[in-house]
Amino acid sequence: MTGTVLHRFTRKVPHWRPRVTPVRLEDATPEQLAALQVTPSNTKVSDYVLVLAHDVETLAVRSPLFNAIMYGKTGLSRAERELGAIAASVVNRCIYCAAVHADRHAQLTNDTTVTDAIFLSGEKADLEPRDRAIFDFAVALSATPPKATPDQMQALRDAGLTQGEIIDLILSNALFGWANRLMHILGDPIRPDTTTPT
Amino acid sequence: MSGLSTTVLDAANLADDGAIAERAEIFTMTQTAEDAVLRPDDTGAWSHELRHALAARIAAQNGLPDLQARYRGEAGNLAALADPAEPVPGDLEQVVIFMDAVAVTPRDVTEDDVARLQQAGVSDADIVRLCELNACMAYQCRVVAGLQLLAGDMA
Repeated sequence: MTGTVLHRFTRKVPHWRPRVTPVRLEDATPEQLAALQVTPSNTKVSDYVLVLAHDVETLAVRSPLFNAIMYGKTGLSRAERELGAIAASVVNRCIYCAAVHADRHAQLTNDTTVTDAIFLSGEKADLEPRDRAIFDFAVALSATPPKATPDQMQALRDAGLTQGEIIDLILSNALFGWANRLMHILGDPIRPDTTTPT
Repeated sequence: MSGLSTTVLDAANLADDGAIAERAEIFTMTQTAEDAVLRPDDTGAWSHELRHALAARIAAQNGLPDLQARYRGEAGNLAALADPAEPVPGDLEQVVIFMDAVAVTPRDVTEDDVARLQQAGVSDADIVRLCELNACMAYQCRVVAGLQLLAGDMA
């Protein structure tokens, strides 16, 4: 697929073009098909997942772990987990992950104010106090080495987060330290040329 | 404590008020993920020892010496790789340069970095295996660092 590689944050989800060759579905082993959750009625698999199928043992556990961390029914709100994911994606400059999760945050909150501010000002975005505490902590935890401080942990407490909610924030933010290192390393976010069929 | 013993929970040493137990499935799957990247049945080009050495190196880069020591103990004669200050054997140089970049400055990694591995003869499947190892360790290190901070906050 030809197109322009994106370098700026956007909420409009781009296409993703792999830098390595994805597994061909027709060549996939039974183990890969199981991890890809391919069934006769579901044969549509993204290039991203077909790339990850090269390491099928990891893919098989990563998908359920991802769902458990991002869609857990109790604890931190969905939107605040997305904020943890966005913070990592801003630090790691994963344009694709940032777009998907900023779009999701905007849908969940029915509001684009928070993600507009983050895309405008990055790590220094001007946010309301609870979002500020969550975003600052998550940005700091995303650094290598992580540089989150006891003061930032206290700010989460002061903003009213419970121990369980703080654990959910750590997990969702850390999960994107993982996702960014796949998505941003193994492919490019692109906007396809308008003349190119997609 | 929740009674669960996993690499992450052992390293964090967090007194559980029930929040860990409620999330037991997540921590169990986190351990399964560690097993998949460090001790897979299909290793591709990367032995269990090399995987542990690279994991130890990533733990060091994330300021987690106890986790570094835990992985270094399984790294066999590649244990020196656990120390980012030690010289790297020539046949692993390209791999280690790539892994260091993905671990420490992922935002600056470009298609050229991936192409250099391909030109060095690393297969696409083995590149994905390196990325999953690196990425899963990035997650693991941040969960440990975050939970340690939470444990300190409660002490």
